[in-house]
Amino acid sequence: MPDLAFATGVRRQADYWLTVYKRTWRASVISSFVAPLFYVVAMGVLLGGFIEGDPDQLEGATSYLAFVVPGLVAAHAMQTAVGETTYPVMGLIKWQRVYDSMLATPLQVQHLAGATLSFVAFRLITTCGVYMLVLAPFGVFESWWGPILAFVAQVLVGMTFAAWVYGFTARLDDEQAFGVLFRIGVFPLFLFSGAFFPVDNLGDVGSWAARITPLWHGVNLSRMLCLDQVDWSTAAINVTVLVVLLVAGWFWALAGLRKRLSS
Amino acid sequence: MLPVPDISVEPESMILARGLRKSFGRPGEEFEAVRGIDVDVRRGEAFGFLGPNGAGKSSTMRMIAAVSPISGGELRILGLDPATDGPAIRGRLGVCPQEDTLDTELNVRDNLYIYGRYFGLPKGEVNARVDELLEFVQLTEKSRAKVEDLSGGMKRRLTIARSLVNSPDLLLLDEPTTGLDPQARHVLWDRLFRLKQAGVTLVLTTHYMDEAEQLCDRLVVMDKGLIVAEGSPLQLIRDHSTREVAELRFGVAEAGESHAALAEKVADLGERVEVLPDRLLVYSDDGDEVVARVHERGLAPVATLVRRSSLEDVFLRLTGRTLVD
Repeated sequence: MPDLAFATGVRRQADYWLTVYKRTWRASVISSFVAPLFYVVAMGVLLGGFIEGDPDQLEGATSYLAFVVPGLVAAHAMQTAVGETTYPVMGLIKWQRVYDSMLATPLQVQHLAGATLSFVAFRLITTCGVYMLVLAPFGVFESWWGPILAFVAQVLVGMTFAAWVYGFTARLDDEQAFGVLFRIGVFPLFLFSGAFFPVDNLGDVGSWAARITPLWHGVNLSRMLCLDQVDWSTAAINVTVLVVLLVAGWFWALAGLRKRLSS
Repeated sequence: MLPVPDISVEPESMILARGLRKSFGRPGEEFEAVRGIDVDVRRGEAFGFLGPNGAGKSSTMRMIAAVSPISGGELRILGLDPATDGPAIRGRLGVCPQEDTLDTELNVRDNLYIYGRYFGLPKGEVNARVDELLEFVQLTEKSRAKVEDLSGGMKRRLTIARSLVNSPDLLLLDEPTTGLDPQARHVLWDRLFRLKQAGVTLVLTTHYMDEAEQLCDRLVVMDKGLIVAEGSPLQLIRDHSTREVAELRFGVAEAGESHAALAEKVADLGERVEVLPDRLLVYSDDGDEVVARVHERGLAPVATLVRRSSLEDVFLRLTGRTLVD
């Protein structure tokens, strides 16, 4: 077998990523845990205080806080994933050239991508996990099992974005395009994918446009599960869309990275 | 079914290339960096690729490092095909790239330790090896220092230590001393010489003739993607140059006469004359005799120097160009 096993290649980079995390975790505490809580307080508690808790208007939620929290966590998963796969990945490829040095060892492109995305998964698991635990006492969850599955959905939507943005970064010559990605990609998705208000408010065309965005599928899953309002056929569609996009994104990312690094 | 390679690989051959090519770019507008070279590197020897920037040395090295796929010809590294056995080959190679790819945010020790783990070496073994290597490259005291705080020479030594972490059979060094000050270069040469003594096969590229003369048992001279000569440094000098060279510098006093015109006046004094922008080189087995005859002819160079021929002269002879522009 000439190729190194995938899991072996990924595991050999564990010490590298552990060292990276030891170096960066303090900085990530602010962006991962403190900033999202500001959102919960400002949007959910304070702004939400002006919004009538009508389950018919809020997809089954009895308060605006209960409505906005599952969407906020899913949207935050997207932002964390994008943050970890833009500048840091450009650093690995181009500025620090860590990938070049790794490829001089038995490691191959798929191991590099696998370990980097595993680290993103770790960041999503800790960030979304802590976020959900902190929110539990706010009385916004309607069952004990729903939030656990919602947490899985949040990590899943985060990883879908991670794979595609990783592939995007692998194809970029420099960091100029990140600004465009944030302004016309991430920011509109954050605002209009149903995290802050039901997408039905966007009108016929707008609500369908919102429903084809990957983030909406994550937001919708997360919310249905947290509020115990699961329509299982919709949930099946949400999961299928995210899984298919994740798998396709992985192969697209690998192709881009392989082309970039082995000339 | 893949065709069986038609080159027989002897166990002692560390690198075997036949008609090796590398091109870049889209089909139709390709640039050919390596245009068909034959190389055979034996176990335990120090082998050099000498040539100016753009000769194809680095492209060749990247193919040998099993990182860059070959575009044509055949290549076997340690008897294996890099197209199918890349990981196995790279596991037994040490690579010191032209530009440092150290992780500048990790400390010196972690750079080595983490790299050793990429090879699948157990933690205890890597730790012991790292101590040994820090000692070898004289960086033990800098073990906890950040890479950013090291001098250029120290960074190079750390890169070399890193390339040795897997105890490689074959060490590839791409321009190992480019950009270093003379003292740092000598320290590095000393370390490389010790490795050679310890039986490690060294393959290096350089555009410094003194480096090639110091370190290489055998070398090839590359120009424009091709090998133009091959042999030991001494043999190359003997084959392609004279024993001595008389360098003649003419000042502005001779401004009326171009270097080319002056060259004609001394052409018969040596086997050949090279015209450089700032001086004439007269190749002869007796340089002092050349200088005496030049003065006899009433020519008055402002400075003269008689020296032994070097690889620089070989290169000039073979390509019509100097190594360092």
